Amino acid sequence: MSCELTLLNDPDQQPRKLALSGELCIFHALQLHQLLSTGLAPKTDCEIDLSQVSELDTAGVQLLLMAKREAEKANYRLDFIHHSAALLEVIELLNLGSDFGDPLLIPAERRSP
Amino acid sequence: MSMDDARQTFYAESREMLEEMENLLLELESLPDDPQQLDALFRCVHTIKGSAGLFALDHVVAFTHVVEDVLDRLRDHLIILDRELTALLLSCRDHIAALIELDEDILPEELRRVGEVLLKSLAVYQSSLPASATTLEADMEHGSTVEQCQTGDLVENDCWHLSLRFHADVLRNGMDPLGFLRYLGKLGTLRYVVTLSDDLPTAEDLDPERCYLGFEIDLEAETDKAAIEDVFDLVRDEVELFILPPRSELERYLQVIEALPEEDVRLGEILLKSGALTAKELDNVLSRQDAKRSAGDKEYSRLGEVLIEDLAAQPEVVGAALDKQQKGRQNGARKEQHVRVAADRLDALINLVGELVIASAAADNSAKQNGDTSTQEAVSTLLSLVEAVRDSSLELRMVPIGETFQRFQRVVRDVSQALGKDIRLQISGADTELDKTVVERITDPLTHLVRNAVDHGIEAVELRKQRGKDAQGTVYLNAYHETGSIVIEVSDDGGGLDKDKILAKAIQRELVKPDQELSQSEIFKLIFEAGFSTADAVSNLSGRGVGMDVVRRNIEALRGSIDVESNPGAGTLLRIRLPLTLAIIDGFLTGVGTASYVVPLENVVECLELSAEQRQESRDRNLINLRGEVLPFIRLRDYFDLQGEAGRRENIVVIKHGAQKAGLIVDVLMGEHQTVIKPLGRLFNGLKGISGSTILGTGEVALILDVPSLVQQSSRQEAACT
Repeated sequence: MSCELTLLNDPDQQPRKLALSGELCIFHALQLHQLLSTGLAPKTDCEIDLSQVSELDTAGVQLLLMAKREAEKANYRLDFIHHSAALLEVIELLNLGSDFGDPLLIPAERRSP
Repeated sequence: MSMDDARQTFYAESREMLEEMENLLLELESLPDDPQQLDALFRCVHTIKGSAGLFALDHVVAFTHVVEDVLDRLRDHLIILDRELTALLLSCRDHIAALIELDEDILPEELRRVGEVLLKSLAVYQSSLPASATTLEADMEHGSTVEQCQTGDLVENDCWHLSLRFHADVLRNGMDPLGFLRYLGKLGTLRYVVTLSDDLPTAEDLDPERCYLGFEIDLEAETDKAAIEDVFDLVRDEVELFILPPRSELERYLQVIEALPEEDVRLGEILLKSGALTAKELDNVLSRQDAKRSAGDKEYSRLGEVLIEDLAAQPEVVGAALDKQQKGRQNGARKEQHVRVAADRLDALINLVGELVIASAAADNSAKQNGDTSTQEAVSTLLSLVEAVRDSSLELRMVPIGETFQRFQRVVRDVSQALGKDIRLQISGADTELDKTVVERITDPLTHLVRNAVDHGIEAVELRKQRGKDAQGTVYLNAYHETGSIVIEVSDDGGGLDKDKILAKAIQRELVKPDQELSQSEIFKLIFEAGFSTADAVSNLSGRGVGMDVVRRNIEALRGSIDVESNPGAGTLLRIRLPLTLAIIDGFLTGVGTASYVVPLENVVECLELSAEQRQESRDRNLINLRGEVLPFIRLRDYFDLQGEAGRRENIVVIKHGAQKAGLIVDVLMGEHQTVIKPLGRLFNGLKGISGSTILGTGEVALILDVPSLVQQSSRQEAACT
């Protein structure tokens, strides 16, 4: 299984809705880099659904951070939504919540007491 | 790799480590402060501990931990390695060797007790930290620093602070920093993690397989520095790791901040954010730093020195990382060159090669009978290939003898200490290779000879001084190749054998008659007779009268021989001669009547046809004149009592064993033959002059001649004649 970035709505619609799925890890890092670079090339507001991300490692984290930073630099909005459980675990571990700046939906049973 | 396989590897590696540990300890005895050796020693135990942890062998981990602790102090020169400690560590090594073989729940009571005793002895050398008396001391120290704390020397943070900067290639090498963080979390609670992504370049410049992240971590855990370092053991050479214990001095934080690549202020903020430092503490750090900087270059450079010193004082971090790197590289190189193969598979291969050799001989035979040229050509190519296959598969089993020799360092050391002698072992020819099976079976006899040399060979110190010798005795082990066999020499610079005493003893034991005339070498050989011992006192090590005959039998079972040289007052030399391999040899096929005999080719010097006069001459005497040289010989027809008359022609095969030569008179010479040695059954154990059998291409059986015993026999005949 690799990773995929698919466009969910019409190309002209704003904001664009995309979905990233699969394993965001070192094995597919080159591919993911390519996907993000082309996917975000229009430099317009967009929203990426991450609910189908099954795995995330350091390489994946770096690329997601890069995407965010590129958006900030080019002055458009990039929102990550529907973080998958794998993603949430890493964000929590690395304390990256504020770096991404996206609202996170933490499932009730996972919230620490 | 299954768990079982992994465990096997663990055993093998641990044994290697333990062997290395033993060697290092013995080497260190003569060179006690060599830092590299001490490091290597530490690593041995550290590695065993680490791998034992992987297999949850807690009892091994617990014990090795203490040993490691002592070695660490040794490395830091807090204690010195004296004779006593060496002995203790050697016993610890033995204990570890026993422990790794067993699961904790089946540990025998005895072993447990041994462990306890060792731990008690180790405690003397162990770091003062765990002992209760010294905690008090530490507490007092702590108390005194609390006062200083008001001046800002200690930070309030009660967490371990870790600064991690992973190297760029860590991802490419298959390591994921996240995994280490997760594992770190198991040591305690990750109170706060800051992910540093400042280095992350823009999309165009970003190499997605490089690692750009760094981490500042506050870990709340009841643990020690070594345990934290262990977490990063696998990536030790791929991460900059700074560990600050809870309530470290502010100065240390300052040093870490300076050592890290990021901007000082940014790091300060991070430390503040993570709760490692309070705002006041941070102010204090930064203002101190400013003060230091403004105090001029001199002062500043001194700070740099302090930093280096400080890092050097933590060899766990820097030294270990460097060593690890080096060792990793060496290991990598070694792994490429070696494949671990189970010994029985190798044996199976050798057996098959043996069958192949026999089968190809049969093919060769029938090709010759057919007279078909192309078949003959094909078969001859096949034969040379089979020969090559035979040689290289036999080579697989060759191992250098050095490893076996090294083991005797310990034997010599232990025995000489038990006897109160000062003896060193000198090894040469450690690279000489021989068959693994031979190595295994020669170890016991060698141990015996070495012990004998230490016990009986080398004189007591006073006597040595009287004789004007160096007080330190030397036992030599030497190995070299000689005409298809390997020679192993065990010698000493001791008192030598006492000819008269041996003879007296032999007469007393009725091994020889009082009026028998014996040459010096014959007298020396008497020590190999059963039930012979000339030791004045029976020590607990050797001299109980069993031994030398067992040694001789063991060696003869390997188709080898042993002889003695000795000079009174100057020492004794025992020379063992062994065939290089036990399975397949190049043979020289000869025939007497209808029977075929194989002489190992390496023992054959030359072959001659006997002239009519020589034949006549050989009827009357057992000696023949070979170009002016007197050569004793054996007529195989007579020796084996074969029926029938000699053919019209007879040939003599000149064979050599060691320095002695002899002739064998046979009817026909049939040339070289690859010989797969098949052992004779037990029924033929007492047979003299024959060491084995083989199957010829025709399916017939040929007997392999036992050259050493034939040569000996012929020279005995020679002695009887003259």
